[in-house]
Amino acid sequence: MSLLAVTDLTVRFGESTVVDRVSFSIERGERLAIIGESGSGKTLTALSVIGLVPDAAVVTGSVVFDGQELLGRRDRELSKLRGEAIAMVFQNPLTALNPLMRVGKQIAEPLRRHHDMDRAAASRAAIELCDRVGLPEPDRAARAFPHQLSGGQRQHIGIAMALACRPALLIADEPTTALDVTVQADVLALLAELIASEETSLLFITHDVALVPRVADDVLVMRHGAIVESGLVGAIIEAPQHPYTQQLLDAARKTALPPDEHLDEIAVGHD
Amino acid sequence: MIAFRYALRSWTGRLGVLLIGVLVLAVAVSYVWVPHDPARVVPGDKWLGMSADHWFGTNGAGKDLFSVVLVGARISLFVALASSLIAGVIGLALGVLSAITPRYVGEPLANLIDVLIALPTLVLALVLVGLFKGSLLTVSAAIGFSSGVVLARIVRAEVARVLTQDFILAAQSSGTSTWRTVRRHILPNIAPIAIVQLSLIAALAILAEASLSYLGLTSRSRPSLGFELGELQKTVTVHPWPVLFPGLVLVLATLGFNLLGDGLRDATDPRLRTSGPRAAGVPTSPSPTVSTAMVNPLMPGAPLPGGPSEP
Repeated sequence: MSLLAVTDLTVRFGESTVVDRVSFSIERGERLAIIGESGSGKTLTALSVIGLVPDAAVVTGSVVFDGQELLGRRDRELSKLRGEAIAMVFQNPLTALNPLMRVGKQIAEPLRRHHDMDRAAASRAAIELCDRVGLPEPDRAARAFPHQLSGGQRQHIGIAMALACRPALLIADEPTTALDVTVQADVLALLAELIASEETSLLFITHDVALVPRVADDVLVMRHGAIVESGLVGAIIEAPQHPYTQQLLDAARKTALPPDEHLDEIAVGHD
Repeated sequence: MIAFRYALRSWTGRLGVLLIGVLVLAVAVSYVWVPHDPARVVPGDKWLGMSADHWFGTNGAGKDLFSVVLVGARISLFVALASSLIAGVIGLALGVLSAITPRYVGEPLANLIDVLIALPTLVLALVLVGLFKGSLLTVSAAIGFSSGVVLARIVRAEVARVLTQDFILAAQSSGTSTWRTVRRHILPNIAPIAIVQLSLIAALAILAEASLSYLGLTSRSRPSLGFELGELQKTVTVHPWPVLFPGLVLVLATLGFNLLGDGLRDATDPRLRTSGPRAAGVPTSPSPTVSTAMVNPLMPGAPLPGGPSEP
């Protein structure tokens, strides 16, 4: 049985259909990437999985997680899953952290909510998580306010917060888009390493084809809310079937070196 | 309180804190020591001038004006604090609720707020005072309620702004409950705006209470500054100077809360934060607000002495 099975997921805002009969599944330990330009409905697809679409959206179809149907469940029930079984990393680490709260406390939030930890235990766990995501001086980092950290460090905090409860599925919504290129490689490597060691499944959302081979095994290509192509990452990059996929690949090749080398070079330079 | 530390950065904020500090101190002293009984009528001491015994002189009933003002300041301070407390509770509750509840609850609530804002403060206070005696609590409730609904509209807009930020979505995506999100993420982020508004409401409350007492609509069991002003006003053509004392205290108390509010607002508005002590070393790039208001007519470009760009 798949960990996550999405069938005919459709999201409408009034007359306009933003996500159109999208179906895919993620096995345990599988890493799936959704690529597409902005406005292609990839983020809404991800938000529908955890039931955080805007009030005005009408969601139909089926989202089965771990054998349970999630669509139509009440917010209170869903919130027990959020952070515990399914967690999310956001695009912009500059805005995804509360500016007035020490980051250690923010990492501790899901632990206090789901694992009933007291304040002291949660704050110790937060420091361990800071260490786990490779922040230097983890106990000082945990006491910092977001503005005292760099963008890359903040995204490390975001990842620590998402992985705090060891979720079965991690949704990463463009986690590197807002970071500069050297930091991107660093964050991707961390994400790949943690996903592998925790055996977490990953739903990776991006518009950057170049990132996909580094973090995903399978890939979905979305356009105008619908899936145009899907398959193994290698196969799609070698031999895209759909003209839109071809376009995306051409665009990526035109802007830089071939995707793999491009990133490897940066990663080496950064280490 | 970080907000108050910010307030101390501007001279308006500092002056506001100073004036309120003096007011609080005077009220505290009045509970320990008052030179004369402010209610005692001494017919032989009518309209005495300032002296070592009667610092502010006496009024037409021979009451010691300094004592009257000292004890009257209690009422002003109490009304200021009680009104802003009531306004804070009403404003935060209504504002937050109308912003976070689903549309079909929130929208009607917002409309209700708009309707309530239409009730004029003083008229509402007059009605309430007429219905339930002019006790201090009635007056505070009336002022607190009408300014609370105005605050609610501001809070609603602020909460709506905070709600669009990613960290709220991040909190929801990690399973944080609505109530906890409000407490830990929303309230701290709207606090600066609410604090500014509350200090302005406190100033408004002092004036509103004084107006009601001046008109003689509040209870006369306690000497209030507005009431004393009303009494002194009857003979102002013959004895003009005693009016100054309760009047000045009212002005300074109101000014204190207003300046504190201004200072807090300047401190919480990021566009204005470059002014004040921080910008002291960069006189070439004052914020536009400061440069237009504070140009020295003799030396354009040079900051006025004592202006906001002084350290």
